[in-house]
Amino acid sequence: MTVAADRTYRLGELHPFEGGSRRFVYLVPAGAVFELDAAAEKLVARLELGEAAHTELVSELIAAGYTLDDASELMEELYQAHVIVTGETVKEPLANPPADFPLQSLVMNLTNQCNLSCSYCYEFGEDKVATPEGKPKFMDVDTAKASVDFLLNQSASRQSVHITFFGGETLMNFPLLKTVVAYATEKAQEQGRSIDFSLTTNATLLTPAIIEFLSDNHIGVTVSMDGPPDLHDKLRVFANGRGSYDIIEPRVRALIANHKTRPITARVTLTSGVTDVVRIYRHLKQDLGFHEVGFAPVTTSPNRLYSINTPGMNDVLEQFSLLAEEWLTFALRGEMHGFSNVSDTISEIIQGVNKSHPCGAGLGLVGVGPSGDIAPCHRFVDSDTHSLGHISTGIDRTKQDDFLTRGHINSKYDCHTCWARPLCAGGCHHEAYVRYGDTGHPNLHYCDWIREWTDTCLRIYGTISAHNPEFLDQFAERKAL
Amino acid sequence: MKHLRAVNKKARRIDQMISSRNDVVALQQQQQRPHVPMGCTLSFSPGWEVDSAGGTAGLCQPVERDIYDCYVTCFWPAQVPDHLNNYPDWASKCAAATKDWRKLDLVFP
Repeated sequence: MTVAADRTYRLGELHPFEGGSRRFVYLVPAGAVFELDAAAEKLVARLELGEAAHTELVSELIAAGYTLDDASELMEELYQAHVIVTGETVKEPLANPPADFPLQSLVMNLTNQCNLSCSYCYEFGEDKVATPEGKPKFMDVDTAKASVDFLLNQSASRQSVHITFFGGETLMNFPLLKTVVAYATEKAQEQGRSIDFSLTTNATLLTPAIIEFLSDNHIGVTVSMDGPPDLHDKLRVFANGRGSYDIIEPRVRALIANHKTRPITARVTLTSGVTDVVRIYRHLKQDLGFHEVGFAPVTTSPNRLYSINTPGMNDVLEQFSLLAEEWLTFALRGEMHGFSNVSDTISEIIQGVNKSHPCGAGLGLVGVGPSGDIAPCHRFVDSDTHSLGHISTGIDRTKQDDFLTRGHINSKYDCHTCWARPLCAGGCHHEAYVRYGDTGHPNLHYCDWIREWTDTCLRIYGTISAHNPEFLDQFAERKAL
Repeated sequence: MKHLRAVNKKARRIDQMISSRNDVVALQQQQQRPHVPMGCTLSFSPGWEVDSAGGTAGLCQPVERDIYDCYVTCFWPAQVPDHLNNYPDWASKCAAATKDWRKLDLVFP
């Protein structure tokens, strides 16, 4: 215990940034964002030069025209909020999520078969982790119903839960999808709860009847699509090597025109040679009319021909920033822009998330394969190494504990000095496994990238909070946290 | 808060926490907590004297900050022997601490 006058202050763990010509700090241990007034900005700038004693700071502030009371009040306020700290401040490790964490989402891999042969596919491409040999290729009705029951049982405390249909190509098992939607809706209603659905598809098998069903049942649709024909057809090909653009284009247009109940999203995989983010975005958003477009660099070991090297990733970042600027211009006018990558990060900043784990895999979300094996998420489905149990016997708590302990931010020492860790938490478990052979390894190959991108999103957040704060309300409920 | 403006949910929670800390009425309405005396000479933790068996071997030394109380609520050199019961003469040679502090010695039970 020290009295104020005896304290020696230094800056807390924070990331200062500017937005809309205001100054902000991102408080790392909390995930909080504060705007600084001129006095607070002055104090933070002073402590950026190094620690200083209370009395020293008081005299400096008095010399700068503040009264003794002003100066003391300022320091006390910043000290209470942990913007400035003293030597006594002890870093507290993040707590574990409760052991009985209720499920929120279940990803159901209806089949592991696909009519495309995209070489980068994380399910069946060169870096696949799945071991589907000897397992069913299509999920059967009993396994699917058992998965629905499992989800409802393991999420008893939640009012609403979610099922995502996945593959392989999801629509190759459309009859089962229909059965599951009917069964799950009925079961949820019996319990007075709600359940909603979404699916990811390559769009090759969409028909007017399927589109009508998806629209009638409020099923969210994400189309895996990489942009205009010259880019899309590079890797999204049929087994004979022919590109899939011409097949899906009319189907995507029909989907967007006729599915009226949920936004339709495109999910783009960026690869070497497919990094023209702005052109891809323009095509998907403006030419085809997707509501949102999200981008993810391909998950791959670094030696693959389609993996993006560092200059390529810098190029991606530059183009992300261009689109992000555009997102901001829209936001300041009160309009929605369709670049999902910004919207997702903004919704996390609004909450002030401070993640113990990079995502909900193995925690609030699990994947279930055609055989009924439970995996941490859809990316690990059908992999014997990563199985967390079986739908008939439930989650193997020992395996789950091992997975979650590895993936916990406390065990990722490289992350402990990084200011972006509340939002990143080391990055995707699957990416880590493909790159480093361990789901708990921090994804060190994109740290600088993530920090740059997080900083960009924070600056956007700051600018909006200064000039159009009401706009942010729309994102508050975007993600269930 | 006057100098910081909370601009996300987490920041607003911190803001509320700090305001409630300074709200005297709210503080008085909180449930009473057990009183923990401040300062090391008032805290009854092992550290300077003897353990329950009368030995000193396992107890902390200035450099051996092996329990929380060794370095947060107290610090070895500030501890004094129990001169009410066991060492009543501990300070008898020290009339003025500023002058005679060297005569304050360790005790060896």
